[in-house]
Amino acid sequence: MNFFGGLLGRMSPEYFPSDPATIGAAISMPLAVLGIAGLLTYFKKWKWLWKEYITTLDAKKIGVMYIVVALVMLIRGFADTLMIRAQTAIAANGQQGPIDTDTFQQVFTAHGTIMIFFVAMGLMFGLINVALPLLIGARDVAFPFLNSVSFWLFAAGMILVNFALIFGGFSAGGWLGYPPLTGLEYSPGPGVDYWIWTLQIAGVGSLLSGVNFFVTIIKCRAPGMTLMKMPIFAWSVLVTTILIMLAFPVLTATLAMLSLDRVMDMHFFTSTAGGNPMLYVNLIWAWGHPEVYILVLPAFGIYSEIVATFARKAIFGYKTMVAALIAIMFLSFIVWQHHFFTMGAGANVNAFFGIMTAIIAVPTGVKIFNWLFTMYRGRILFASPMWWFMAFVVTFTIGGATGVMMSVPALDFQVHNTMFLVAHFHNVIIGGVLFGFLAGITYWFPKIFGFMLHEGLGKASAALWQIGFILAFIPLYALGLMGAVRRIDSYSDPSWQPFFIVSAIGVVVIGAGIFATVLQIAISIKNRKKYSVGGDPWNGRTLEWSVPSPAPHYNFAITPVVEHQDQWWYEKEHNETNKGVLEDIELPKNSSLGFFMAIAAGFFGFGVIWHLWWLVAIAFVAIVVLVIIRTMNDDSTFIITKEELAKEIGARA
Amino acid sequence: MNSRTAVAEKRDKAELGFWIYLMTDLMLFAALFATFYILRIGIADGPKASEIFNIDYVMAQTLVLLASSVTSGMALVSAKFQMKKQALVFLAATIALGLSFLVLEMNEFILLVNEGHSWTTSAFLSSYFTLVGTHGLHILIGLIWAVVLFVAIMRRDTIGDNHLRKLGLFTMFWHFLDLVWIFIFSVVYVIGVYA
Repeated sequence: MNFFGGLLGRMSPEYFPSDPATIGAAISMPLAVLGIAGLLTYFKKWKWLWKEYITTLDAKKIGVMYIVVALVMLIRGFADTLMIRAQTAIAANGQQGPIDTDTFQQVFTAHGTIMIFFVAMGLMFGLINVALPLLIGARDVAFPFLNSVSFWLFAAGMILVNFALIFGGFSAGGWLGYPPLTGLEYSPGPGVDYWIWTLQIAGVGSLLSGVNFFVTIIKCRAPGMTLMKMPIFAWSVLVTTILIMLAFPVLTATLAMLSLDRVMDMHFFTSTAGGNPMLYVNLIWAWGHPEVYILVLPAFGIYSEIVATFARKAIFGYKTMVAALIAIMFLSFIVWQHHFFTMGAGANVNAFFGIMTAIIAVPTGVKIFNWLFTMYRGRILFASPMWWFMAFVVTFTIGGATGVMMSVPALDFQVHNTMFLVAHFHNVIIGGVLFGFLAGITYWFPKIFGFMLHEGLGKASAALWQIGFILAFIPLYALGLMGAVRRIDSYSDPSWQPFFIVSAIGVVVIGAGIFATVLQIAISIKNRKKYSVGGDPWNGRTLEWSVPSPAPHYNFAITPVVEHQDQWWYEKEHNETNKGVLEDIELPKNSSLGFFMAIAAGFFGFGVIWHLWWLVAIAFVAIVVLVIIRTMNDDSTFIITKEELAKEIGARA
Repeated sequence: MNSRTAVAEKRDKAELGFWIYLMTDLMLFAALFATFYILRIGIADGPKASEIFNIDYVMAQTLVLLASSVTSGMALVSAKFQMKKQALVFLAATIALGLSFLVLEMNEFILLVNEGHSWTTSAFLSSYFTLVGTHGLHILIGLIWAVVLFVAIMRRDTIGDNHLRKLGLFTMFWHFLDLVWIFIFSVVYVIGVYA
C-alpha cells in the first residue's frame, strides 16, 4: 500500500453519486449550506450565532436548536417519502419507476433512520430542553455543559447521515440494519458504516441527555414540588429517561459489535465461524422496543398538559396517569420479541410476548380515557394544540388497535413485514409522537419567543396532516392484508396500484401540512410584533406560565415555592403570589468545548467509515484533551446579583 | 444561595449523575456479557475456553486490580484528612497497579494472537476480546483520569472541595471496574475453564 493509499483509507472517486436524483440532492445540500453561510456573513450574524447559540449552555436555546435541526430533517425525511411513494405509485406490472432498486433501498433506510433519530428524537429532546426546567421550577438542567455536548453530538450525527448522500452512499439494510445483510460479506461498502456511526454518535448524545434530565428531575425541582405534585409532562420525562438509560447502552454495545464485525472481521453476527445473526435481532430490539416508548411517553406528557390547559380543568386521574406511565415503563422491556414472532422462538415464547404486548394496551387505554374525561364537562377552547390532540386521539387509537391485533402471534404470521405493519407503526408514531411534538411546539412557542404562532395556519396544518394521514396509510392496511410486503419497489399485481396511488396522494396532502407549518412559522416571525403576548397567553396551569415571555435565561427570578398541583393556576384562582425571596443567581458561562468535542466525534466516525486510522487516532486524542481541558476549568459560572435582578424586573414592569 | 450550599448542591448532583452513569455503563457490560454467554459455544474451528486460559495468570491479574482498588480508597481517605502527600502516594500506587493490570492483559492478548487464536477465529473469541477489551479500555480511561487528578492535586497546596469531589468520583469508577472484573473473572475464566 503506498503512502497516499494509507492516508486516504478506502476513499475513491467511485463513491461519488452517479444517479441523477442523488446527484441533484448532493449538489443542492452544499449549496444550501453555502447560502446560509452567505446570509450570515451579509447580515454580520456570525458573532451573534456563536455567542447566542453555538456556545450557549441555556437549555431553552439548546432546545430551540434541537427543534430547528429536527424540522429541517423532517423535510429531508419527507423528501425520501415522496420518492418512495412516487415509486410505488408508478412501478406496477412491469412499469419502470423513477428510482432504481439500490437507491430505493438507501432511501427507505435513510427515511427510517432520519425520522426516528433526527426528527422524533430531536423534537423530543428539543421540547424537553425548552419546557422541562420551566415546568419543575428549575433555573437550568443539572449539567448544562453536558447538555451542550449532547446536542452537538446529535448535530454531528445529523451531518454524517446527510454527508453519506454526497460521498459514499447510505446503508441499504433498513433502519435497524439486520445482519448478515449488513455484515461485511453482503454490504462491503461504506453505507452501513455511515448508518452505524450516525446512530452511535447521536445515540451517545441521547444517553447523556437521559442521565442529565433524570438528575434534573430528581435534584432540581422547586422547593415543595414533591414527585406527586409534578406536572404529568415531568413524570413522562422521568420515565422516558429511565428507559433511555436502560436501553441506549444496549444500542451502543450492539452497534459497536456490528462495527467490529465489519472493521475487524469479527464474528458476532456472521452466519459463519459460530456467529449468531438472531442475537443481533434480539439485542437491537431490546433497545428498539423501549425506544418507541421513549418517543411516545413525552408526547403523552405534552398531551396531558395541553388537555388540562384547554379544558380549563386539572388532569383527570393524576395518580392513574402516573401509574400508567410506570406500568408502560416496565412492560416495554418485556415485549421486544413481538417484532420477530415468525423467526422460530417457539409457541411458548411467542405466547408470553404476545400476552405482554396485549397487556400494554391497558395502561395506554387508561391514559386515553383520562384525557377524554379531562375534556368531559370542561370549558374547552379549541386552539390549534387541541386540534393536534383531537387528531392524535383518533389516529393513535386506530394504531393502537391494530397493534393489539398484531400482538396475536397467529395473526402476526399473516401480516409480518407487510404494509399492514408499516401502516400500524406510522399510525402510532405519526399520530402519537409527531402530532404531540407539533402540538408542543405550538403550545410552548410563545414562552420561548414572546409571540404566538399563527392560529389559522396551525389548525390548517393539523387538518391537512390528519386527512393526509388517513389517505396515505389506511390503504396500506388493505394492501398488507392483500399480501403486499414492506420495502418493495415494484409489484406485478395491478389491483394494488389504486391503493398505492391513493397513498401517494395522501403523501402530497401531508406535504401541504408541512408547508402550512413552514408558512405558519414564517408569517408569525414576520408579524411578531402583532402576535407578541405576555407571560400567560393560554391561561396556563403550570409554572412556566408564571414567568415573562420570552423566558429569561435564569427562568425564574424568584425560585417558586410549590404547595399544589398546578401551582400557577392555584395562585391565579386565589390571588396569591410567589412566596420565595430574591437571591443571587449562579449561571453557567458559555462554552465552545461541547461544539469542538462533537466535531472531533464526527471526525472519529468519519475516520472509521473510511478506514482513515490516522484521523481516528487524532480525533480520539482530541476528545480526551478537550475533556481534560473542561475538567481543569474551575471557573465556569457567573453570578447575577439580586440587585441586578431587581433592576431587571423593575425595568420589565 | 451562599457558596457553601452551592458547592454541596453541585456535589449532590454530580454524585447522583455519576452513579446513574455507572448504571448505564453496567447496561453496556450487561449486553456484552449476554452476548459472550450466548456465543461462548460458537467456537467453530477455534479453541475452547479451557484450552487457552491460564487461571493462575488471571488470578494474579485479579489480585493486582483488587490491590489497586484498596490503594484508591486509601487515597480518598487520606485526601479527606488533608494528608496531601499520602494521598498522592496512594494515587501513584493506584496508577502503577492499574498500569500493571493493563500490561498483564495486553500480554495475554498478544500471546493468544501469536498462538493463532485472534478475534477473527471464532464468535467465542470475538466476544471474549470485546468484553475483556472493553473493560481494559475503561481501565485505560481511568488511568488517564487518575494522572490528570494527580497533577491537579500536586499543583495546589491544599486539597480543595472540587478536587476531593473529583477524587471521590474517580474512586467510585475504579471500584466499579473492579466489580465488573469480578464478573469477568467468574463468567469468562472460572466458568470457561472449570465448567
